[in-house]
Parts: sequence; structure tokens; C-alpha cells
Amino acid sequence: MAFKKLINSKKLLSLFAMLTLFGTQVLMAQVESTTKAAEGAPAAAANAADKPSVWAGPLYYVLLFLVVCFAVAIVGKILRVYDLTKQIQGKKPMNWNNITGILFLLFLILGLYGSYWSFTTQGAMILPSAASVHGESLDTMFYVTFGITVTVFIITQILLFGFVFQYRGSDKRKATYYPHNNAIEAAWTIAPAIVLTVLVVFGFTTWRKITNHVDAEGEKASIDIEVVGHQFAWELRYPGKDQKLGKINYKLVSGTNKVGVNFKDPHSMDDLVADTLVIPVNKSIRLNIQAQDVIHSVYMPHFRVQLNAVPGLPTFFKFTPTVTTRQMKAKEDNAKFEYLLYCNKICGGGHYNMQKVVRVVTEAEYQAWLAQQKPYLTDALKKELKFAETEQKEEKSENRLALNN
Amino acid sequence: MSTLSVQDHHGVHHDEHGHEHHHDTFLTKYIFSQDHKMIAKQFLITGILMAVIAMILSILFRIQLAYPDKAFPLMETLLGRFAPEGRMDPNFYLSLVTIHGTIMVFFVLTAGLSGTFSNLLIPLQIGARDMASPFMNMLSYWLFFTASVIMLGSFFIEKGPAGPGWTIYPPLSALPKAMPGSDMGMTFWLVSMVLFVASSLMGGINYVSTVLNMRTKGMDLWKMPLTIWAFFLTAILGILAFPVLVAGVVLLIFDRSVGTSFYLSDIVLGGVPQPFEGGSPILFQHLFWFLGHPEVYIVIMPALGISSEIIATNSRKPIFGYHAMVYSLVGITVLSFIVWGHHMFVTGMNPFLGGVFMITTLIIAVPSAVKTFNYLATLWRGNIRFTPAMMFAIGLVSFFISGGLTGIYLGNAALDINLHDTYFVVAHFHLVMGSAAIFGMLAGVYHWFPKMFGRLMDEKLGYLHFWITFIGAYLVFFPMHFMGLDGVPRRYYAFTEFESFERWLSVNTFITWAAIMAAVAQVAFLFNFFYSIFFGKKAPQNPWNSNTLEWTTPVERIHGNWPGEIPTVYRWPYDYSKPGHDEDFIPQTVPYSETMSSNLPHDFENNPIGLEEHNKWTNTQRSNEEVK
Repeated sequence: MAFKKLINSKKLLSLFAMLTLFGTQVLMAQVESTTKAAEGAPAAAANAADKPSVWAGPLYYVLLFLVVCFAVAIVGKILRVYDLTKQIQGKKPMNWNNITGILFLLFLILGLYGSYWSFTTQGAMILPSAASVHGESLDTMFYVTFGITVTVFIITQILLFGFVFQYRGSDKRKATYYPHNNAIEAAWTIAPAIVLTVLVVFGFTTWRKITNHVDAEGEKASIDIEVVGHQFAWELRYPGKDQKLGKINYKLVSGTNKVGVNFKDPHSMDDLVADTLVIPVNKSIRLNIQAQDVIHSVYMPHFRVQLNAVPGLPTFFKFTPTVTTRQMKAKEDNAKFEYLLYCNKICGGGHYNMQKVVRVVTEAEYQAWLAQQKPYLTDALKKELKFAETEQKEEKSENRLALNN
Repeated sequence: MSTLSVQDHHGVHHDEHGHEHHHDTFLTKYIFSQDHKMIAKQFLITGILMAVIAMILSILFRIQLAYPDKAFPLMETLLGRFAPEGRMDPNFYLSLVTIHGTIMVFFVLTAGLSGTFSNLLIPLQIGARDMASPFMNMLSYWLFFTASVIMLGSFFIEKGPAGPGWTIYPPLSALPKAMPGSDMGMTFWLVSMVLFVASSLMGGINYVSTVLNMRTKGMDLWKMPLTIWAFFLTAILGILAFPVLVAGVVLLIFDRSVGTSFYLSDIVLGGVPQPFEGGSPILFQHLFWFLGHPEVYIVIMPALGISSEIIATNSRKPIFGYHAMVYSLVGITVLSFIVWGHHMFVTGMNPFLGGVFMITTLIIAVPSAVKTFNYLATLWRGNIRFTPAMMFAIGLVSFFISGGLTGIYLGNAALDINLHDTYFVVAHFHLVMGSAAIFGMLAGVYHWFPKMFGRLMDEKLGYLHFWITFIGAYLVFFPMHFMGLDGVPRRYYAFTEFESFERWLSVNTFITWAAIMAAVAQVAFLFNFFYSIFFGKKAPQNPWNSNTLEWTTPVERIHGNWPGEIPTVYRWPYDYSKPGHDEDFIPQTVPYSETMSSNLPHDFENNPIGLEEHNKWTNTQRSNEEVK
């Protein structure tokens, strides 16, 4: 029988070698033809030469796959023959229950090790700890949840595969007839219920605190900043000296008035535009979020901030950054580190590249930066709105605009 | 019961015209069949084909994620203008993601899973000759088939298939100019889904009425196998939830084609303000997730039902806590209607609502936990036979645990702020409803293959298929959790534009190769499946020594299921390894009078006469022993 096996494996080997050789030849031919084409042959010839090469690579893989199939079939046959000869010799046939049971145990051990490796290696690649006040409480909650779920994960997987191994089938044994036990069932209904209640209470209070929009008494008003999303960019607007953003109306959007600021609102006159979302550290920021065309999502993972930008539904998110960009660069040991704001709701073909740099700076740097920003009301916009003429006339034109609609 | 007499009439009818069915033409037997078993097979094979297609789509976009900078000339040959110069078009990438999701969730795991096993098992396991309405059943399949054709047909139109994600949030899906995938492809998607929902409803109504009205003598609700409970509750979920999706879809069609503004307001497109006013995109999300969340339970509950049956049969042990299993299914069914808002924590929905949905969401974790513990208790001190079906059922439990636990993070509104729409979510649902449900489906295929085709599938190939798929699924989805925790968003065409994501490229390549490996392993299944239909080993009548009614039907799978009278049911379906009985299983059709030695007082809870007989018998036994 060993002889037969040898033949089988030899056959397999030679076939494998043959196919590999053939495959490499095809690949070489492909390389040759493409290099030839690159060497200055006319374009048409290059196209012609390219055609077979399209299939050569995949064909190689298909052949490889067939070889694998063949190998699997042969291994299967060998196992069958081995099993049958064993039976002919009067020995017990292969015990697949034992083999599978052991494989499951092996899977458990390797799986646990793999998860450990994943937790330590890939777990080290996750976001740094939160750079905002509310983010810190989220991180605490995350690690509490993590502790609970990972414990449950390890125990239940060990029980599952442990039982599967321990109680693998045997003809000598009968299973225990054990249809129910009300006490145990009640216990494992109540236990998760209690744990989940704790998590719910914890989560609910944190969530209410984060979404609570009323400024606390004595707290300084948040800095209002407007973020408007459209395919595929963000527009930023800062309030001017009056600390208030002017109202916007989507009907006023034009080439020069990108977000549709309504200049009938006196607050709008001193508004500023910016390219980068610069925010002062340890100050409450209120992001006013809008979208113009489809739903986008303002996602700033380092600050644990996310809220969708929905057309027709202005929303806002309040947070207080705690770590400046410079500190984070030092902490992450990465001179190129930048906080980012990016889109996290599918919004079209450019969804994958819709980002804005966020820079957290000290108060002094923030004021210096703000002083350099350009007003939203550009000369071109003034001209378009005919600001030189009387206020009344402008109003009239706006009214007409409304009537036209 | 009046329906019983109807059945009897059916039985007589069959005896009289027993030969009539031999004259079935090819058309009435294989195509426009009204036999539930044939319709189940039609659903299964269509479902498998759709699954293969959706899997190939996923491999295509995985290749894009692993090699974002590489050109694949073959891709241009195969996909043409969707992959100019061998580089996938970003819009086509989104279409692939969308259609992969849609096909997997609806066409494979809803129709392919419920359609196959509800159709096959409901009449067989409750003891009925066929569905309540065989014609409607046939219609259900053909609407599903039409929906599938339309969905796939959208690949052949100029701008490609729908692209706004399987959740098709407007305004992206409502504005044909917002992306190529919102043009004609979206219309195809919507039409296909309306047909699909019609199919689902017809199926669902049929399942519910069959279970309620056509059970055989003795089969009361508490004697039904857990599979039937799961299918029954799934069907109720579908009937109540799917119409809401149609409502949402119809309004979306109006917004797209008639110029209404149900979901649209304050929109500027290409610098031009649009005339839509007063609608709300959030409204669509409410309507969508009112179906969408029950939908994930529509997907997982049949899989749980199937695995309950398979785990009990192959552990040779009664399922632990049968009543608790049923009550937790009922609990999941009811609760699943009031948790939909957890998909919308950060959409701008009123944050107070978010808090409420968070509470309901974490409550639904309790019945799910109970189910898991009951599975573990069923395995405990069992005598486990590793058939491929059993292995897939064990895999399901493992996935259900791993994926279920991450749900505790996502169901928490506060934690969801940072995890929403990241790869963490992708990992979560692919494990808990993707892998777990597909494992349930595969377990079912391996287990009931003999009932469908009268032959057995090859076990060794099944083992191979299981191990590669099981390991592959974990290798694909486990690392994704960490990408999500690093803030990597889903549905990104490439991560090349972000320097901070570049370190995930090696992980992405690894995931892609793991996915390719798992996909290739499915060839083992496909070969095994189609080969065994024609050349598999002939199956005995009850290959797994199972208790349920379907194994009392002849291997020949005749129209009407049982040649003579439908058997009567005397006991619950989980009398495995009952002490005092010589075999380790007692089919449901065996009356207690034939198994005096193994009866327990518990078996006669609502049966005082039986209990008296039982006590009399034990007393005589005892006195006999005393005499000895």
C-alpha cells in the first residue's frame, strides 16, 4: 500500500511540476511580449500583444487551482485506501469523531492565541485615547464593555469547543437525557440582564450628557463653527467679532455664495471662511452641521465626534478638545500627525476622499489665526448682491426671488 | 378541526389518482411546480447561484481594497467601462458593495434560507401534504426569480447597477444626478425589491397559515420542532415588516419620478438650488429600518431554528430548555420591532429617542444570550456526531457569540458615536448575521439534502469545506474590528488618500487573500452539492436517526409526502437518549404505550389518564422486582 501511495504522490509531484513550468512559461511569454511592446513597437501591435497577456496571469491561477483540486482528490483517495486496508487487516476504521474533536480543540487553542495576537498587535494600531472631554468618558465606557465582552467571549468559546471536544461521539456512551432546569435557565436570563442594565444606565447617562445642548450656567458660550458638506468637500465658516453666525438659506446658494448666507441677517456681515478647522484647546466648540446635496457625516474619530449632515435638517455637536495637535504629534511620535474630519456616510464616487484637516491650537495661536482669515463677504459677492445700492433695493430683489419660487 | 377533514380529503384524492402525477410534464414538474419540495429546491438552487454571484462581487471589491494602486487588465476585459484601464471605477465599487449587500441580505439569506427550508420543512415536519396554498407558493418563487433577474439585469445598463449602499438612503438614491448608481440602476433596484417583497409576503402568509391550520393529529404547538417555531415567527416578522419597506420604496419612487418631496428638502445640486421642500431624509431611514431591523432577525432566526434541530439530533440529546428557546424566539420577534432606531443614533434623530432605542436594544440581547447558553447546555454531556451539518451548526454558535458580543458596543448609543459606519460595524454584522446565517443555511443543506434529493452528500468534502470556510470567515472579519476602532470608514473605495490608513494596507491584503481562500473552498461545496444530486450515495429513510416527522416519509419524495395516512404525533421531537429505551432516539410517531420502560412522569403533564397508566405500570414493575 505504501508503494501505491508513493506512485500517487509521484504522479502528483510530476504533474505539479509540469503545470508550474507551463505556468511560468506563459508568464514569461507575457513579460516578453509586454517588454517588446514597450520597446517601441507601434501602438496597434502593443494592443495586439497585450490581449493574450490579459488571460495569462489568471490562467496560471486557474491551473494552480486545478492542481490543488487534484491534490485534494488524491489525498482523499489515499485516506480512503488507508482506511479500507486498516479495516481489511481487522483494525478499527478511522474515527472521524475523534479527529474532528481534536481539530476543534486545536482550533480553540490556535483561535485563542490568534485573538490574543490580534488584540495586542492590531489592537495597538487603534486610535489613541480621546482628545476631548466627553471622549474620555466614552473611552472608560469602552474599556468596561471590552472587559465584560472579552471575558464572556473567552469563557463561552472555551465552553463551546471544550464541550465539543469532551463529548465527541462514541459508541460506548449514551448522552445524558437532560431536557431542562428552570433554576439554571432563570440564572442565565437574569445574569446578562443585570450586566446589560448596568451598561444601559452607564451608557444612557453618558449619551444624555453628550447630547445635552443647554449651556451650563456660568459656562462661557461655545464657539460656533459651521460645517457644510457637499459632494465632495466641506465648507467652513467662522463667526466674526459678534460671535454669531449669520443665517443661511439654500435658495441663496450661488457660485460666489457657496453656502447661501443670508445677508439680510446683520450677523452675517463679519463672518469668515477658512480652509482648515482650527479650534482652540479646552474651549467648548459647537459644530453646526449642514448638508447641501446628500447625507454626509462629520466624523472626527480622535475627538469621538460623529454626526450626520442631513439636507434640510441642521444639526450640531458640542465638544471640548483637550489635546493640541502639537501635543498629539509628540504623543504619537509622528511629526506628520494631523487630526482629521472626514465623511463617514456614503455620498457618491468621491466619498473616499472628503477630508478636512483639524488643528487644535492654544488660545493665543487661535486668535492670531482667526485674525488672518478672509471675510465670507468677498468683493465679488458684494457686487453680485449690489451692495453699493440702497438696502431697500436689495430687499426688493430678494422678495422677487422668493416670489419667483 | 375543519382543516383536518380537508386534509383527509386530500389524502383520499391522492390514493385515487396516485398515478396521475406520473404524467407530469417537465414544465409542471420542474418549472411551474406546486409541490412544496420542488419549490424549496428551486429556492435553494436560485439562492446558491445568487450567493455565488454576490460572493464573486465581494472578491472583486476586496481585490480593489487590497491592491488600490494596481491595474488588472483582466478586469477591463470582464467589466469593460466599469474598470477603465484595469482600474475599478469608484462609482462601480459602490455599486458592487450595494449589490453584494442586497443580494446577500435579501436574495440569499431571506429568500434562499427561509424560502428553501420553510417550504421544505413546514409541511414535512408538521405533517401536512403540502402548503396551504400551493399556487401562491409557486407564485412566490416566480416573483422571487423575476426580482433576481431584474436585480442582476441592472449590471447590463449603461450607468451600472444601484450604488447608494444596500440601505439606499435618499437623497443620494433619490437624485439620479447625485451618482451614476442612482440613475436607471436604482429604478431597477426599486422594482426588483417591490417584486421581492411581494414574493416574501406570499411565502410568509403561506407559512403562517400552514403552521396554524394544517398540523397533523397530535401535533400541538408545544410539540413542534424548534425549526418550525423559528420559521413561523420569522414569517410573522416578515408579514408585519416587509410592507413598510414597500411603503418607503413607493414614496422613493414618487420622489424620483413624480417630483414629490417626501424625503427631500433644502437641496442644492451642482450649485443649483432644487425645488424640493418640506421632506425629511430621516423619514426614509425610519421606514427602512422598521423593516431593516426585523430583517436581520428574519435572516438569523431560521438559522437558529435549523441549528437547534441539528445540534439536538447530533448531540443525541434533547435541546436544553425547549420552552426557553421558544420564549426567547418570541421575545426576539416582539422586541425586534422596537429597536430599529439603533441604526440611527448619529443621523440627527432626536437624541432622546436614541436613548430609548438604546434601552430596547440592550434588552434584546437577553433572549439572544439565553439561546447561546442553551446551545452550550445542549452540547454538555452529549454524544456528539460530527456530521458536516453539525459542524456548521457549531460554527454558527461560535459566530453568533463573537458577532453578538460586539453588538453590545454598537447598541450603546454613546459608543456608537465613534463606531457608526466603520469597519467595526462591518465585522459585527458579517459575523452575527452574515456568517452565522450562511452557516445555518449550509448546515441545513447538509442535513436535509437526503430529504431533498434522496442521496447523501460526501462527508469528507463537507469537512474540508467547513474548516476552510470557518477559519476563512474568522480571518476575514476578526481584523476588521480593529480597523473600525481606528476610525476606518466602510464603503471607501480606497484608503490611499489618508496617510493614517496606509498601515492597514497589509491587513487589507491579508483579508482579501483570506476571503479568496474561503471563496475557493465553496467550490468544494458546489461540486459536492451538484455531484451528489446525481451520483451521491443513496440515502436511507432516516440517515441521522432523527425524531422528526420528515424522516417518516419515503425516500422517493412523492407528491403528498406520505403514501398512506399522515402519521399521528404523540410526543415532542427531542426524545434523544432517553434512559430506559434501547435506542438513542424515539421518533415523534411512537406512542408512549410502546415505550413504557422509558416514560417519565414529566411526559404526562397535561394527561391525567396517561399519568395514571404510567404510575400503574411503574408500580407493577416495582412489585415484580420485589417478588424476585
